[in-house]
Amino acid sequence: MIEQGIFLVIVIAAVVLFSINVKKIIRNINLGRPLDRSDRPGERWATMLKVAFGQTKMAARPVPFILHFFVYAGFIIINIEVLEIAIDGLFGTHRVFSFLGGFYSFLIGAFEWLAILVLIACVIFLIRRNVLKIRRFFGVEMTSWPRSDANYILITEILLMTAFLTMNAADYKLQLAGAGHYIKAGAFPISNLFSPLLPDSEQSLMLIERFCWWFHIIGIFAFLNYLPYSKHFHILLAFPNTYYSKLEPKGEFNNMPSVTNEVKAMLDPSFTPEVLEPGKFGAKDATDLSWKSLMEAYTCTECGRCTSECPANNTGKLLSPRKIMMDTRDRISEIGKNIDKHGKDYNDGRSLLDDYITQEEIWACTTCNACTQACPVNIDPLSIIMELRRYSVMEESKAPASLNNMFGNVENNGAPWKYSPADRFNWAEKTQ
Amino acid sequence: MTELHVPTMAEMQANGESPEILFWVGCAGSFDERAQRITRDICKILQHVGIKYAVLGTEESCTGDPAKRAGNEFLFQMQAMTNIQVLDAYQIKKIVTGCPHCFNTIKNEYPGLGGHYEVIHHSQLIQQLIDDGKLKAEGGESFKGKKITFHDPCYLGRGNGVYEAPRRALEVLDADLVEMKRCRAHGMCCGAGGAQMFKEPEPGRKDVNIERVEQALETSPNVIAAGCPYCMTMLTDGVKNLDKEGSVAVLDIAEITARANGL
Repeated sequence: MIEQGIFLVIVIAAVVLFSINVKKIIRNINLGRPLDRSDRPGERWATMLKVAFGQTKMAARPVPFILHFFVYAGFIIINIEVLEIAIDGLFGTHRVFSFLGGFYSFLIGAFEWLAILVLIACVIFLIRRNVLKIRRFFGVEMTSWPRSDANYILITEILLMTAFLTMNAADYKLQLAGAGHYIKAGAFPISNLFSPLLPDSEQSLMLIERFCWWFHIIGIFAFLNYLPYSKHFHILLAFPNTYYSKLEPKGEFNNMPSVTNEVKAMLDPSFTPEVLEPGKFGAKDATDLSWKSLMEAYTCTECGRCTSECPANNTGKLLSPRKIMMDTRDRISEIGKNIDKHGKDYNDGRSLLDDYITQEEIWACTTCNACTQACPVNIDPLSIIMELRRYSVMEESKAPASLNNMFGNVENNGAPWKYSPADRFNWAEKTQ
Repeated sequence: MTELHVPTMAEMQANGESPEILFWVGCAGSFDERAQRITRDICKILQHVGIKYAVLGTEESCTGDPAKRAGNEFLFQMQAMTNIQVLDAYQIKKIVTGCPHCFNTIKNEYPGLGGHYEVIHHSQLIQQLIDDGKLKAEGGESFKGKKITFHDPCYLGRGNGVYEAPRRALEVLDADLVEMKRCRAHGMCCGAGGAQMFKEPEPGRKDVNIERVEQALETSPNVIAAGCPYCMTMLTDGVKNLDKEGSVAVLDIAEITARANGL
C-alpha cells in the first residue's frame, strides 16, 4: 500500500510538472505572429505520416538512419511496457498483462530485442559524438550545454534500458525459482543471457528486481520532465511540426499582404487600402516571427544536417542554419521567462536580430533551400533569415551597400545592373 | 544556319498576331554578354522547331527576384505588379524563361499578386520538344562519349522539383553523364542565389563557387552543364580561377542543344 501511495504521488508530480512546462512552451509558441496552415488537411496528414512516422528524410544518411530507427521504434513500442509498469505500480499487481499468454511472451521478447538495440545504438551515438567527434556535432553554436544535453539524453537512455533488462533478468530468475508472486510469464531472449551473472539468493534478486523497477519508472518520469528543457523535445513536436509543414514549392516565398496593400495604393490612386493592423515589416525579435517558426525552434534537435549542407557554412562563413534555430529558441524562452518574472509588457531591450543573430549571418545566406531539404522534420530556417532580412532592409535600411545599389538599379533601370532599359533588346542584334 | 529573327510582342500585336509562347529573357539574359549567347541559342531552338514565339524586348523589366530575396518586398511587388500589367495587356498565357529565378518568381509568386501564367524553364521546353520528336541531337557537334556533369540550379531543382528535364536534354546526346556527389535535392548552390550575385561574399574560408567547381572537377568532366545565367557566371569564374578553362567548358543546356543540332 505504501509503495502504491508513493508511486501515485510520483505520477501526479511528474504529470503536473510536465503539463506546467508544456503549457509555457505552448504559450511561448503562441507569442508568434498568426499564420494560416489549416488548409489541405489530407496532404498534411500524409506529410506527417511520411516524414515524422516514416522517417523518410532520415534515409539520406543510412548509418544514423538505422541507429535512430532502433531508438525511435524502441521509444514508441516500449511505451506499451511502460503502461503495464504504471498499472502495476498503481494497483500493486505484478505483470498485469501476463494473462495475454503467448502474445505476452512475444511482446516482452520484442521489448527485450528493442531494448538491446536502443542500448547499442545509444552507445554508438555516444562514440560518434565523443570519440569520433563527427564534424556535424561541432560548430560555434555547439557550446557546452548543447553538447552535454546530447550526452545526458544518450546516457539516460542507456541507463533506462540497462535497468529494464536487469529487472527482467532478475524477474526471470525468480520465476524459475518459483519465488513468491513471480508467476511464469514472458520470454526473455536477451536478459536470460546475462541472468547467470546475478546472485542466486531470492532476497538479493527481489531487491535487484525492485530497485530496477523503481529506477526505470522514476527515470522515465524524470526524463519526461527533462524534455521541455532539452533538444529532445523533438520526439513530441516532430509530429505537429511536420503536419504544419510549408506545402508550397520551396522556391516560393510568401508575398507580404501589408506591402501588397501599400503597393496597390501607390499604383492605383482609386484603390482603397484594407485597414490592416499596423506592425513592423519583417522580424526584429522572436515574437515578430510566425508561431510556426517558433514551433520549429522548439522542434529542432540540433542534429546539424542543415548546417552540414549549407553552402555558406561549408565555405567558412559565419552562418549556420542550426544556430538560427537554436538562437530563436533561446530568445523566445528568454522572452517567456521575462513574462513569468516581470509581466506581459516587460521589455528587456534585447532582440533576436543583433543580440543573438548578427547581420553578417543573415547576409551570408544564398536562399538555396539546402537546409530545409536536409531537415528530417521539415524545419525552415530560411523563413526566419528572410524575415530578419526584411526587417533589416525595410525598417532599418541596413542592407549591404552593394545591395542598395542593386535596389536602385532595379527601381530606375528595371535590371539589377546599371544598364539603360533602352538597351535591353540589343542582344538580338549581335550575331555572336 | 538561317538568320535569327527575334519577334517582339509589340511587333506581333501590330500584325494582329499572337504567339504560342512568350520567351521571358530576364536581366542576365538581356545584358550579360555570356548569358546573351544562351538567350540567342534559346531563340535559335524556338525558330528551328517552328514555334511561334515572341519576346517583350524593351518592355521587359526585372521580375523583382533579387529585391525579394534581399528582403525588399516593396520593390519586388512594384516590379511584379508592373510586369503583370504588361503581360496581361498582351494576354500572355504561356511563358518560357531562360532563368530559374525568373521562372520561380513568375510561376510561384506572381499568382498571389494576380498574375496567372503557365511557366516553364527552357530545359522543360527542350525536354518536351525531344519527347515530341521535334528536336533531336543531329546535324551538329557530337557530344558522344564526352563527360558531362549537370549542376542543378537551386531554384529549378530544390526550389521547384525540376530534376529530370535538364538531364533528359543531355541524355539524347549519347554523352557520358556523370553526377557530382552533391546532386539533385542535395545539390550545392553556386553561391549566387539570394542576391549574393550583387554583393561581395561575407568573410569566409573560400568562395562558394570555388568549392562547387572543385566538386564538379572531381568527376573529371569535359563539360559542366548549367541551366541558369547566375550559375553560368559563378561556374565560369570558378573554372577560370582553378586554371581549367582550357580543358573544361561550362555550357548551358540550351547551348549544348543548339550546338548538337548545328544551330
